[in-house]
Amino acid sequence: MERLICVPVLLPLLAAGVKLAIGGRLRRLQSLISLVTLAISVVVSALLLVAADTRGPLVTELGGWPAPVGICLVADRLSTLVLLVSSAVTFCVMVYSVANAYAAQEHDAPMAIFHPAFLVMVAGVADAFLSGDLFNLYVAFELLLSGSYVLLTFGGTESRIRAGATYTLMALASSMLFLIALGVTYAATGTLSMAQLAERFATLPVQVALLVELTLLLAFGIKAAIFPMSAWLPDSYPTAPAPATAVFAGLLTKVGVYSIIRLEALLFPGGPVSTLLMWVALATMLTGVLGAVAQTDLKRMLSFTLVSHIGYMVFGVGLSSVAGLAGAIFYVVHHITVQTTLFLVTGLVERRTGTTSVNGLGGLMTTAPLLAVLFFVPAMNLSGIPPMSGFLGKLMLVQAGMADGRPLPVALVAGGLVTSLLTLYAVAQTWSKAFWRGPRAVRAGTVVESEEYTGEDPTVTTTAVPGALTASVAALVAMGLSFTVLAGPLSAFTHRAAAELMAREPYVTAVLGGRP
Amino acid sequence: MTVTLLPFLACFAMVATGVTLLLERSLVRVLAGVVLLGNGINLLIVTAGGDPGGPPFVDVGGRADPLPQAMVLTAIVITLGVTAFLLALAHRSWQLSGSDEVQDDTEDRRVRLRARRGELSDAVRARRDAYRRLVAEQRAELAKLAAEQAERERLQEADLEQRISRVHDELERWMRERRQEGLTEEEVHLRFEEAGRREDAAALDNAERIEQLREQHTRGREEQAARERAMRRRLKARQREARRQMRAAIREERERQALAQDPELEGED
Repeated sequence: MERLICVPVLLPLLAAGVKLAIGGRLRRLQSLISLVTLAISVVVSALLLVAADTRGPLVTELGGWPAPVGICLVADRLSTLVLLVSSAVTFCVMVYSVANAYAAQEHDAPMAIFHPAFLVMVAGVADAFLSGDLFNLYVAFELLLSGSYVLLTFGGTESRIRAGATYTLMALASSMLFLIALGVTYAATGTLSMAQLAERFATLPVQVALLVELTLLLAFGIKAAIFPMSAWLPDSYPTAPAPATAVFAGLLTKVGVYSIIRLEALLFPGGPVSTLLMWVALATMLTGVLGAVAQTDLKRMLSFTLVSHIGYMVFGVGLSSVAGLAGAIFYVVHHITVQTTLFLVTGLVERRTGTTSVNGLGGLMTTAPLLAVLFFVPAMNLSGIPPMSGFLGKLMLVQAGMADGRPLPVALVAGGLVTSLLTLYAVAQTWSKAFWRGPRAVRAGTVVESEEYTGEDPTVTTTAVPGALTASVAALVAMGLSFTVLAGPLSAFTHRAAAELMAREPYVTAVLGGRP
Repeated sequence: MTVTLLPFLACFAMVATGVTLLLERSLVRVLAGVVLLGNGINLLIVTAGGDPGGPPFVDVGGRADPLPQAMVLTAIVITLGVTAFLLALAHRSWQLSGSDEVQDDTEDRRVRLRARRGELSDAVRARRDAYRRLVAEQRAELAKLAAEQAERERLQEADLEQRISRVHDELERWMRERRQEGLTEEEVHLRFEEAGRREDAAALDNAERIEQLREQHTRGREEQAARERAMRRRLKARQREARRQMRAAIREERERQALAQDPELEGED
């Protein structure tokens, strides 16, 4: 069972290599390889989840070196849960992009470049979730980032190059900060194994530990797009191709959040930073959602809500209680699914109508009712309408915040509720303009000028959306809804995961095996 | 325990230079910054090797700590890859736009556009205000002119009255003199008419002079009215001109703004 931990990391990398070797030929085989690889990842993650839940954290040592020296992969409840959700989501997105490539009659490029980059990114994400070593976490970050660089600048159009430059530089700055933190950590403690660091940071002088913690927090915060470091996200994500944006939105920021959870729970439990985290969470929620309210483009609006909802997870981490962490983990799971779904649906909207600007859309409710439903359900889920998982996740966080009782968490609860309301406002505004109001714009090539015509290109195409595309999105919507059905077991699991994180003992013992 | 200061200083210098270059707009400079920064940090990690608090290069049994070296090798490879990608990015940017400058992000440009729109409406408002002020000034000027005119007329009328009354006085004096000479009322009138018929110029003159004065007065008034009309016309023309200028200026401003607008913000963002 322990050997299986390598599979979600190594298999996509291997598949990416094979696909690069094949090049643009054998399209059916190519798609088959991608889909089978990701399907295996899903199955393996599910197996790992069960094993980690029943037997405690699983550890595998890479290269045969024992834990503190060599690099190890650790699968505990938190890692396997996010790994399972992320591989399920990436599988759906892969189905979407394969169907998209077939439907668009695209030539070799997508298969030859898009898929390998996508697989490398997936491997990086899995590696980041499983890594038991800070330096390996850095490598995982670089792996997923290098995949994302390629995906973001895919096609090399002017807007993508512009956005790509900003994105790359931000990611680089974050990586450099991470490296500096690694150097300082190694100089101070002589190890980078997380289990060993969990013990050794406590023995360091407070200032040194705080310095390292803040540097790491800054590096992860840039990745997770928390408040002062969030401006790059709404700028760069909307330009990428729909499947890429969907995965970025679902997974990449969550990798940052996951790292912050690990950092706060395992390496520096109960430090003074948690107060800072709560302030930051409040600022992230409010600035993000206020940005979302002001947008007229679907993708940009979603990017801003993405930033805003990262605040909820950081809030849960900042509470540093089992209930808070459980809420944060639940929210991560919910948000990965919902945000990915929404970006994919936006991709479908763009595919069908040729635009994502709310001003150029209208009447999708009548012209594409299925699309409208597929947008409506996750949108309401995102804004936290009961009984969907968005509501449950927020409820867990609210309860955790109220249970804490201090003024700041209570203020954050209020901020969270305001954010939720404003999210509903932003989403409903989009919904009523793009879907609910009467059809306006173009049908079958004739331009109908309406008085609200604002200069955007009106709807040009009425391309039918292929069944496989819709099916993949529908599967994601169903997955988002299933969290409501499975809310009981899921929240129990997140509580167990949070308890395991807070205890720290099982992780350290599993990695070091009782050695000091 | 000895720690060599030199690697730390070198590391500091490289990181500081790298960060400075990273803040540049040109992608190639940024690239140089990334390379410097990466190398500086690698040096930091190598320096950090060894036991905590120990010398950076462990010299026990001729071996150095292998872990930092392995890490640095990995970091070097990663920096190399990212550098290559950035170079490609800079090249593509140069191909597309002729420069490798990183542009502002969309939200920044949007905010700036909004600010420019605000400036435009401010400018328009300023122009309108200036025009209104001008009109008000002209009205005040006109009112002042009218008041002056009225004053002048009043003075003239008073003058006329005075003159007429003087003539009447003269006439009455003449008649009183005649009465004092012991003439009856009828004789006085007779003498008066006689005098009128004869060459008693003083009496006749008086009547004629009154007539003349009245005429002169009406002529003056007509002239004055004509002058006033002309002035009003001139004022109207000036107002029209000012309004035309204001409209032209506003239009020009709008056109300038339209030219300055960001074409990238028009399409899909």
